[in-house]
Amino acid sequence: MKFTWFNLMPWPYLPDDFRQQHRSVWVDIPNTLYDPRKGHHVYHTYLDQLEYAESLGFDGIGCNEHHQNGYGLMPSPNLIAATLSRRTSRAALCVIGNSIAGYNPPIRVAEEFAMLDVISGGRLIAGFPVGTSMDTNFCYGQIPALTRDKYREAHDMIMQAWAGEAPFAFDGKYNQLRWVNCWPKPIQKPHPPIYIPGGGSIETWDFCLDYDYNYSYLSFFGYLRGKSLLDGYWERVAKRGKDDSPYRAAFAQIICVADTDAQAEELYAEHCLYFFNRCLHIFPPFADPPGYRTMATVKYGALSQLTQARQKILENLTWKQLVEERFVIAGSPETVRQQLEECIKGLRIGHLFCLFHNGNMPDWKTRHSSKLFAEKVMPRLRDLWPEWKHDDRWWIHPMDERIRPEERRPGADKPREEWPR
Amino acid sequence: MKYQRVDTRKGTRCRVLEGGSGAPVVFFHGAGGLLADNPFLDQLAQRYHVFAPEWPGYGESTGEELLEDMLDFALHGWDVIDALGLSRPHLVGHSMGGMIAAEMACLAPRDLDKLVLVAAAGLWMDEHPIPDIFALLPFQLAELLFDDPQKGQALLTGGADLSDMEALKEFYLVSQRRLAMAGKVLFPIPNRRLSKRLYRLTAPTLILWGAADRLIVPAYAARWQALIPAARVEMVEGAAHMLAYERPEAFVRAVGGFLG
Repeated sequence: MKFTWFNLMPWPYLPDDFRQQHRSVWVDIPNTLYDPRKGHHVYHTYLDQLEYAESLGFDGIGCNEHHQNGYGLMPSPNLIAATLSRRTSRAALCVIGNSIAGYNPPIRVAEEFAMLDVISGGRLIAGFPVGTSMDTNFCYGQIPALTRDKYREAHDMIMQAWAGEAPFAFDGKYNQLRWVNCWPKPIQKPHPPIYIPGGGSIETWDFCLDYDYNYSYLSFFGYLRGKSLLDGYWERVAKRGKDDSPYRAAFAQIICVADTDAQAEELYAEHCLYFFNRCLHIFPPFADPPGYRTMATVKYGALSQLTQARQKILENLTWKQLVEERFVIAGSPETVRQQLEECIKGLRIGHLFCLFHNGNMPDWKTRHSSKLFAEKVMPRLRDLWPEWKHDDRWWIHPMDERIRPEERRPGADKPREEWPR
Repeated sequence: MKYQRVDTRKGTRCRVLEGGSGAPVVFFHGAGGLLADNPFLDQLAQRYHVFAPEWPGYGESTGEELLEDMLDFALHGWDVIDALGLSRPHLVGHSMGGMIAAEMACLAPRDLDKLVLVAAAGLWMDEHPIPDIFALLPFQLAELLFDDPQKGQALLTGGADLSDMEALKEFYLVSQRRLAMAGKVLFPIPNRRLSKRLYRLTAPTLILWGAADRLIVPAYAARWQALIPAARVEMVEGAAHMLAYERPEAFVRAVGGFLG
């Protein structure tokens, strides 16, 4: 198993009456709620946590892209990954990822990801989400019905740019470049591992399987609800005649560890409820503009948005519900281990994106939970897939002789050889 | 009136509501499509030969993947007119249909007789931002479109009982398909720079507006008039964006008075 410590970077100062006063945490959230001076502390706290996670032994540290979003302070995940690349030297940098349909021209993503891979010594995991409709359509103005087409084209440009050994012309429908010539190029060959985060679009499964990319199901609603979707994915994997390596799939799960189950509630309940009650308060039409999902997916999805069942779930949530329905896996190390084993085996995933910081959780609690997990839970979940132990197709391949910038390079001011040969 | 189907040379297949006799009038519907009943078309058909094609993605018209941008839509409009074998018809376009009809009239100003723009989309004024129709809760639509929202809601759903899950699902799927298509010319801002081409629009033009329009407010009527040299404006009282459905008699009187 690979464990990635993931921080969504929520704004921890949303007011108590946020739900009543505002219709959405995303797209049209009043930016008067953002205070840049507090933001200074928030960014550094979150970045410190990501660096701390590496020191605890997590395999990866992760960030993602959201815009105009009260629970995501990373319009540019690449900036976050860039700071981490200089302060860490071992963990994979999971950028999950750049919503490439919104980049103009998409070669920018090929370049920035290459920079990150080179600076980090080959530790980049490159995520290419279609992007939520909130981000890609409402904040970044892409036409919903053409978003997937544009996404495919951007993907093609980036992959061709990484593979290309000579400048070439790209005559796309949305992007025309006479001289595509990616400089720098990534260290990892043929390219960094590619993860495709999906929220439930069935086309995404085939796309992942066409190219053997990792399929990452990013849900905040836990493994019990994630099961039917991942079952659908694995069925598709089998139908396509692909091997069923669990490393083809990743899942995001909110996790809270304490010494006892009761203490977990005491320590973490209010922060998880903050996340579900305020951070996921999204005006439903922003989540489902006509054309964003294909008709096939709309039919498959059985009106999940329309019935607003999801919004209803969120209205009167209690800690008990969060835990019972496994939106949150919380409790003593043993409780968490048991439930996560069920999650990992049930979904058949090789990668777990672990969400330890939730809502307005203070730093010390986040660290406490992460440390208990790293010491008492993670080691006992490591070897759940012994038969796939050597499958590294979806993991980073860093260079051996890489620089460890956090060690400050003792003796760097002394005369020495010029550049490595 | 009766439905017929035409195939365009491009490969779309369009359902066209047709009826009446006289000078040909082509009506292009807006983003919501034709409704179950369209009494204003029936009344127009008493004086004219009326054709109301449904855009691909609407009703039983197909080929939506072939239309991606405004030029595709405008040429498609002419392709349908060719397929129907019409010569110099009058064009009447409502909302998104008006935006496309105006574009068609700029592309081929000698191929139409007169033009009626009904609460047409296509222009943008910063001082009058048009509400985002792609970010509405279902019940908000009628409030935005009709002077009398309650009546409007019944018209929009065609009397279907949306508390019934199956009916709701059907309504939702149809509406998703339509608006996905409309988004290609209306999202995120319904302005495809038509204003810089309007100097080519030389057909006599009537700009018809609901005085109570809350979606595209009447200030836009004046804007259209300022941009089209040969245009005049008429306001329909007691009607909003869906004026043809809200006040069919007044609508037909105004259109008939202008087309002659």
